[in-house]
Order: sequence, then C-alpha cells, then structure tokens
Amino acid sequence: MSSPGTTLAVELENATVRFASERGSVTALENVGLKVPSGGFVSLLGPSGCGKSTLLRLVADLVVPTDGTVSVLGGPPERARLHRELGFVFQDATLLPWRSALENVRLPLEVGPKKRDRAGQRRPEDLLRLVGLAGRENALPHELSGGMRQRVAIARALVSEPRILLLDEPFGALDEITRDTLNEELLRIWRETGTTILFVTHSIPEAVFLSERVLVLATNPGRVRELVACDLPYPRPLSVRETPEFIRIASHLRALLQTC
Amino acid sequence: MDDKPTAVIAEPAAVARHAPAPVVSPPRRSRSQTLLPFIAAAVLVVAWQILAQVFSLPIYIAPTPIQIAKTLVSELPMLMRNFVPTAVESLIGFLLGNTVAIAVAVLFVHSRRLEAALYPIAVFVNTIPILAKAPILVLIFGLGMTSKVVIAAFICFFPTLANMVRGLTAVNPQSLELMRVLSASKSEVFWKLRVPSSLPFLFSALKIASTTSVLGAIVGEWIGADLGLGALIIEATHNFRSPLLYATVFVSSAWAVVFFAVVSFAERRIVTWKQSEG
Repeated sequence: MSSPGTTLAVELENATVRFASERGSVTALENVGLKVPSGGFVSLLGPSGCGKSTLLRLVADLVVPTDGTVSVLGGPPERARLHRELGFVFQDATLLPWRSALENVRLPLEVGPKKRDRAGQRRPEDLLRLVGLAGRENALPHELSGGMRQRVAIARALVSEPRILLLDEPFGALDEITRDTLNEELLRIWRETGTTILFVTHSIPEAVFLSERVLVLATNPGRVRELVACDLPYPRPLSVRETPEFIRIASHLRALLQTC
Repeated sequence: MDDKPTAVIAEPAAVARHAPAPVVSPPRRSRSQTLLPFIAAAVLVVAWQILAQVFSLPIYIAPTPIQIAKTLVSELPMLMRNFVPTAVESLIGFLLGNTVAIAVAVLFVHSRRLEAALYPIAVFVNTIPILAKAPILVLIFGLGMTSKVVIAAFICFFPTLANMVRGLTAVNPQSLELMRVLSASKSEVFWKLRVPSSLPFLFSALKIASTTSVLGAIVGEWIGADLGLGALIIEATHNFRSPLLYATVFVSSAWAVVFFAVVSFAERRIVTWKQSEG
C-alpha cells in the first residue's frame, strides 16, 4: 500500500510472471519492483523479450503475476479495470474497421460496466478535437493514415477518463515526423488531463523526451536494470533533445541497454 | 486536421499479422471491362449459330441459339409455371440452410466441446454427393416441395457453417485484449466484435449458397417432381426436345445469376470497410 503523503498509481512488489511453454516454463519477469506516483510519466525501456509489454499487461489485468503483488490505485488491477480506470493503447491502433473514427472513440462508453461518475467523462467529439482529428469523425479506419489511426486510439483510451493510461509502443510503426508530433501531443494531453502514464518504447530519445523516469529492463529473465530520472523541465519543446542534459541521459541509457 | 504536418506522411504498411481476410469486394471495374463478358458471350453465341448451320447439325443434338430463343418465347408460360416452384424452393432452402448454419456456428463458437463432437459429422455428411443425398431426402420428405427445400438447404449449409465458424473465431486477438481492458461482457464481445468481424466471411459463403441452392432445388426435382425446372429438364431430355432443354437451362441459370447479384449487392451495401486495419 502507499505510504502516507504520497499516492501511488501503480505499485509492483517482487512481481514475477512465468508462462508455461512446450519447453517448460519461461520467466518473463522476475522480482520486479516499481512505484509510479499518481500523475507520473514512466517509460519502460529494454531489448525485445525483456518483459516490458508483460509489465504493462500486469497493470492492465491482462496477465496475472505468478508471484509478488501488483497494486493499481491502491487495489488489485482487476478492480481498476472494472472501475474503468485504465486506458490501453496498442502498437497497432486496433480500431474496429467497420466503425467510423467517432464510433471507435465511443466504443468504451458502449461496453463494460458503466463508470459511476459520468460527469467527468469527455465527449467523444471533444476528444477527437483534442487529438487533432476534428472534421474526420465519419472517416473509416482504412481512410485514415497510420498516425491518424493512432490518434483515434489515444482518444478512445481517454474517453472513459481513465486515471492510468498504458501505452504499448504506440508509435513504433510510425515514421519519425508523425512520431515527433504525437510525442508532443501526448505530453500536452498528459499535462491537460493529469493522467498517470506508463509508456513502453524501444526508442531511447522517445523515452527521455517524454518521461519523468525511465525504467530500464534487462532480458532473460526480464528484470529491473535501473530506474533513471529524466530531470528536464516541462514543457519540453522538441529542441530539448539537443541540450547537453538530454544527451547525457540518452547516452547513459544507451550504455545501460548494451549491458542488458 | 490542425497545422501538424501529417498530410505529408505516407500510409504506413498496416501490420498484417492476422489471418488473411477474404476478398471483400472486387475492385471497381471500368465500363469497358463490364461490357467485355457480354461481348465475349455474343461472339460465342454467333459462332455457335454459324457452326450449327454450317455443319447442319440435327436440332435434337444441338439446337441453334435462334431456335432456343424462339422456344423461350413460345414456351414462356410453361417455363414460368415450372420456374416458380424452383425459385421458391431455392429461396426457402437458402434461407433455411443459412439460418441453421449460422445458428450452429454460433453454438460451436460458444461450446468448443460441441464443435469437437459435431463438426466431424458435418464434414462427413458434406462428403456425401448431393446426388446420393437427394434420393434419401426425397424418401424422408416426400415428393412435394419440402424435400427440394431440404436438399437446397443442405447444399447451402456446409459452406456457410465453415465460413461462419472461421469468421466468428478469426477475430484480431488484440481487439479481444481491448475488449478485456474495457471489461466488456461476453455478449458485448459477441455482438460488437465477433458478429461484425464475421460478416465478410458470411457473405463469401452466401454468394456460394445463392447459386448452389438453385442447383439443390433442381437436383431434388430430378428425383421426382411434377413441376419445376428440374422436372422439365428431365422431361425435355427424355423427349429429345433439345431447344426446350436449353431454354430451361437458360432460365435456371438466369435465376441463379439474379440471386447471386442480389447477394453481392447486399454485401456491397453492408460490408463497406476494408479488413486491412484489423
């Protein structure tokens, strides 16, 4: 549980995940500890197979820990999920192809248990505007570019006003210009909504640019290598990436990743 | 759009790691391409007319297109009288066979054990040629229209069952994870995800069924019927009335084509999306 004075959005203690496979069990995560304060922005960085997606799925209640505890908003992940406090963005937008952009954003309001406090919920139309898609409400997913589809996915994740936003390499398949734009917009949305964000990425610059802290994971088995603070003041313009401090953190992360 | 430079960004390749989707709708054809099959058919008919006249083939072996057209006009009332039962049988058989197939597919998706128990039996029944099934069904359901409806339903059943099971289960796994994060109920997943995902698969099957249901009705009528295009085909063949036989075949094909066109039209109106973004 959280200590007095600080509210923790996510807390993992000795979390271990093992999957059964044909060749016995595979340890995806071993003894992972992490504390994410409410309203924090933490990126998960590491080589393929380090379990960063598994960590995200632990928080989303898509995976249950074999050992250890996972606490989300002071309770089990399942409770946070049933209370609709989790927004999830996948690597591919995962839009329903038969639904328009607006109908896709509306989906979370149509399914699952309803949130008790509906006053806080944002209108799907406003969210599409927030992600810069005003005027494309009726477009079907195949009529949108990859970047636009990912914007719709972010708007959809925000529509139930979740207190925690989980993003699993959301911009991994996009080109660099779109990625930069969406990174800036994600920071803006984070500051506007005060949502806690857990962000999985392969990209060192992306992790440093966005996060307050970066959790570096090592592979085989997936475990915590180091929690690195990114002490760069917000708001961060894209040009922050040319500052010595940014470069120092990025090269530290690069050196860490080489030992993972 | 705001002033962000998204417009310059090319379509990224959609991640196609899921089962390949069935062809949803053919690419739009230009007008000349639409005309091509009609021109080809006209050429063939003219060639047939000329060859039949040049070699002066007897009418009972190969009637000429003109003779067939004349029969089509003179025998139109009789042809229509036989067309109606065939059309009704194939239509009801189509509705019955597909409805049952969809219902069974839904049951299979809800109960894997039921699928494991019954699917092999469905495959086995499907391997029995329709010509062998038809007499059995006529014995059971009699010489009236019922047996033809059942035969038409049988012939529609399996392709729709197989496609529908695949359509309901071939759901993007990530969409299922999304529904889980949203704490969607089983019935919400079914109606909001599985059913729409299955529609392209369903229409692939319905297009097959639209033509085979006519086939089923005709085969049923061969076994025994007083009225119907199938009965007329048998009668015309036995009496060496070749122009009538050809005219009957023409009517039954025309009906199957119309049936197919209606289903294709419905598909284009309903399945408006592309499967690329699973």
